[in-house]
Amino acid sequence: MESATAAETAAMPRGVPLLKDELDIVIPTIRNLDFLEMWRPFLQPYHLIIVQDGDPSKIIKVPEGFDYELYNRNDINRILGPKASCISFKDSACRCFGYMVSKKKYIFTIDDDCFVAKDPSGKPINALEQHIKNLLCPSTPFFFNTLYDPFADGADFVRGYPFSLREGVPTAVSHGLWLNIPDYDAPTQLVKPLERNTRFVDAVLTIPKGTLFPMCGMNLAFDRDLIGPAMYFGLMGDGQPIGRYDDMWAGWCTKVICDHLGLGVKTGLPYIFHSKASNPFVNLRKEYKGIFWQEEIIPFFQSISLPKDCTSVQKCYVELSKQVKEKLSKVDPYFDKLADAMVTWIDAWDELNPTGASAAKVANGKAK
Amino acid sequence: MSQENIKDSEVDIVIGALQSDLSSFLNEWRPIISRFHLIIVQDPDLKEELNIPEGFDLNVYTKSDIDQIVGSSGSTFFSGYSCRYFGYLLSRKKYIISIDDDCFPTKDSMGNLIDAVAQHITNLSTPATPFFFNTLYDPYCEGADFVRGYPFSLRSGVTSAMSCGLWLNLADYDAPTQALKSQLRNSRYVDAVMTVPARALMPVSGINIAFNREAVGPTLFPALKLAGEGKLRWETMEDIWSGMCAKVVCDHLGLGVKSGLPYVWRKERGSAVDSLRKEWEGVKLMEEVVPFFQSVRLPQTATTAEDCVVEIAKTVKEQLGRVDPVFARAAEAMVEWVKLWKKVESGSFPGI
Repeated sequence: MESATAAETAAMPRGVPLLKDELDIVIPTIRNLDFLEMWRPFLQPYHLIIVQDGDPSKIIKVPEGFDYELYNRNDINRILGPKASCISFKDSACRCFGYMVSKKKYIFTIDDDCFVAKDPSGKPINALEQHIKNLLCPSTPFFFNTLYDPFADGADFVRGYPFSLREGVPTAVSHGLWLNIPDYDAPTQLVKPLERNTRFVDAVLTIPKGTLFPMCGMNLAFDRDLIGPAMYFGLMGDGQPIGRYDDMWAGWCTKVICDHLGLGVKTGLPYIFHSKASNPFVNLRKEYKGIFWQEEIIPFFQSISLPKDCTSVQKCYVELSKQVKEKLSKVDPYFDKLADAMVTWIDAWDELNPTGASAAKVANGKAK
Repeated sequence: MSQENIKDSEVDIVIGALQSDLSSFLNEWRPIISRFHLIIVQDPDLKEELNIPEGFDLNVYTKSDIDQIVGSSGSTFFSGYSCRYFGYLLSRKKYIISIDDDCFPTKDSMGNLIDAVAQHITNLSTPATPFFFNTLYDPYCEGADFVRGYPFSLRSGVTSAMSCGLWLNLADYDAPTQALKSQLRNSRYVDAVMTVPARALMPVSGINIAFNREAVGPTLFPALKLAGEGKLRWETMEDIWSGMCAKVVCDHLGLGVKSGLPYVWRKERGSAVDSLRKEWEGVKLMEEVVPFFQSVRLPQTATTAEDCVVEIAKTVKEQLGRVDPVFARAAEAMVEWVKLWKKVESGSFPGI
């Protein structure tokens, strides 16, 4: 199995780049952005926000022709001042700084070891185009459609699907998948070092209300206006007891808030080609505590109830932080720090996004 | 829960015959089903004798068998698509696979013939994971696993009680949808099986389904009969109704329901526009049905499928009975069904 070559991707007919001026692509990196060459035809029309982790004195080379802004640690410290403490260092979790400084409605985030995948017919997949389709089309969290996305070409709602629920709700998150190196945890990687995901599942589906899932940040898009403040990737990396749970944490918070506010989360297409397997021993050391903590964290998220007066994402998130402090601090003092960082994040978000547009009150969908 | 090992001898394939000539149906399925025991139940309203080719190990049940068990007034219970429930009732096997008689084996996207029976058996013999969604879908299949972030304590899963397959060509749309989009055919082969999460409701189609009879047999029943119920799927809701009960029961008992593979090829039959002219009732009723099921809570004391069905029937009678008499009748039918089920299980009908 191979990713698409730059030539194959370049040979694709150019459609109109949808949402060109309304979407930012956020990429965390410590080395270089050569991978963008492979994505050029699909991503060049869009503005990039590059969050440079690690040594700020290193110069990150961005391929010619891309329009971008770049932030290193010095920039983050300068812009946020003491609030910079909530942004992780030496971990790709720092990417959420990019979400905060963006002025656009939509975000697409991708890792620098992700390339263009090919569908079963050999055609290069424009992942961003599919994410945009997912975000612009409603979700259906209140009733499971057995033919998956009812708004996809050639599909619809099945017999028995109530008509009053067919309008759906706005989609806040589009979670894409990966061919080749699968996103396994360290123990699974150690047991199955050679396993590759070669199964192309031609579906997008809405994750039902009340159901949690592991959200991977490698290939993710979201509506910043609808859910942005919930996409905090936590305290990971340098000085922290845990790593590789940044996107998981954001995913659980995001899903609980989406469920509360009547917003939808989709998973499935698009696929990207994940080329690099990280070192499982390094991963094990990072994840180790998470594997135990997750046994407490999951029941916590499954049983959370947010009060009715939490009508904005920020209010929900601050309430969540209170409950984290109350109920998870006993698991480890880390959660006490994390709860504080969650509040700092919201303060920083509101400071950098003061117009009130991102604090938009989201009315509960009619479908509820 | 570890893998079950399901033997051919533990499986019954139940076919409801709504058309008399089953020769092309059975011959096309022959390579896949000939080694299994078949139960064919003839729609009591079908007057012609069934044409069944040689070479199958089967039992055929007709109106007279139905009359013998439930009396001639009760045979309306099992008319039309509901005739297959008579087969579920009388089966002595642990697993049942049931496919509509207008569905045929088909090929996957690589051109390989799909063994729908083997796939259903695989779905039922591997665990389900209803408490947390795995983004790579079925973690037990070849080449897949649980993804990063999936709690380890939830990785052994629970027993799979139902396997809901899908359809290529004529998908299971309702009449308004198919009438509006008359050219709409399902050609998308989605190579996945997934567990439908706990507390998520879904329309369980009876067209291509398999289940663990011991675990959930009592929850699949003929109860909701539309006033204008007909001999086309567009004119029925019986499977959707019992499927929702079954999902609620599975959620309560900690059992799993899977959806996805296998696909069957569903042939063209009937006219959606004609069905639509005739029958709107089902579509209207779903508006009441869904909020009701979303709010049903079963007591801790209901620990068997039979108990759960009786509890749901009570609540249906109390809450939905007032909305439409079809629900009051459905509640009664559910109670009757459980009584019948218990009678058959206790061996009160020798010679069956």
